[in-house]
Amino acid sequence: MSSQASPVLQSSGKIWDGGNEPFGASYGKLMMWFFLLSDAFTFSALLLAYAALRFSSLSWPVPDNVFAGVPFIHGHFPLVFVGIMTFILIMSSVTMVLAVEAGHRGARSEVVKWMIWTILGGIAFLSCQAWEWSHLHHDGAWWGSNPFLNADGTPGQVNFTNLFFTITGFHGFHVFSGVVINIIVTIMTVVGVFDRRGTYETIEKIGLYWHFVDLVWVFVFTFFYLV
Amino acid sequence: MSGEHNSSFDIKGIWMVFWVLFAITVLEFILALVIPEAFIAKPIKNVIYIALTLLKAFYIVAYFMHLKFERINMIYSIILPTVFVLGVIAALMYESDYWFTLR
Repeated sequence: MSSQASPVLQSSGKIWDGGNEPFGASYGKLMMWFFLLSDAFTFSALLLAYAALRFSSLSWPVPDNVFAGVPFIHGHFPLVFVGIMTFILIMSSVTMVLAVEAGHRGARSEVVKWMIWTILGGIAFLSCQAWEWSHLHHDGAWWGSNPFLNADGTPGQVNFTNLFFTITGFHGFHVFSGVVINIIVTIMTVVGVFDRRGTYETIEKIGLYWHFVDLVWVFVFTFFYLV
Repeated sequence: MSGEHNSSFDIKGIWMVFWVLFAITVLEFILALVIPEAFIAKPIKNVIYIALTLLKAFYIVAYFMHLKFERINMIYSIILPTVFVLGVIAALMYESDYWFTLR
C-alpha cells in the first residue's frame, strides 16, 4: 500500500504473522470457529422452521409411534435405536478429544489409534442412519409422503417427513464430510506430516468440526425425538 | 500457538465430561419412557428437555471444543452472535401462533 509499511507488516508476507495473536488462537482455528458459527445459524434456521411449522399445525405425528424400530428385532421400541445412535456419536466425540489430547503430547501412534476409533464411530452412526432412513422409506415415508397419522388421527403432516429427511440428511452429510476429512487427517498423521510441521493443530481444528456435528445431533435428537 | 495449553483439560477430565453427557442423556430417556405424562405434563417435560439439551451443549462447547479455556474476547465473539438466534425464535413463535389462529 503506502511506501511506509508498518514494521509489523514488514515482518512477513503472511496475513496472520503480525506481532501477536489478538484472540490467542491461530488463524485457522479462529476461522474454523467462525465457519461453525455460520453453520450453527444454518441448522438453527432449519430447526426453527421445524418448530414454526409444528406450532402452526393443528396436529402433528407422535415421535414415539414413528421412531420405534430396532434392527433385527420386531416390535415397538420407541427411542431405543436413536438412543444407540446418540451414544455412538457421543463416544466418537470422546475418542476425538482423546486424539487431540494425544496430539498435544505429540504421541503419533496414539493419535492414529484414537482417530481410527473416531472414524469407526462416524461410520457406525452413518450406518445406523442409513438403516433408519431405509426403514422409514419402507414404511412409505419420504419427501412428500407421510404414512404416519397425526396425534388426533388425521392424515399425517407431510411437513413432518419433509423436515425430518432434510434436517437429518443435512446432518448426515456433515457426518459424512467429517468422516472423509478424518480419514485424510489420519493418513497425514501416519505419514508424519504433523511431526514435520511440529504441531498437531490440524487434529484440533477437525476436532472442533467433529464436536460441532455431535452438538447439532444433541439438538436434532431433542427436537425430533423427544419434544 | 497451540502448544501453550495450560493443561486445563486432561484425560480424567475428558471421561468426566463423557459421564456427565451420558447421565444427562439417560435422564432424558427416563423422562421420555418411564415417567408418565399424568405425573409430569408434556409442556413441562419439553422445558426440561430443552434445559438438559442446553446443558449438554454447554459441556460439549466448553470442554470438548475447549472454548472455556480460550481468551475472553474469543469466547464473546463466538457466543454473543448466537443471541441473534433468540430473536429468530421469538419472531417465528409469534408468526407461527398467527398462522395457527388463521386456520
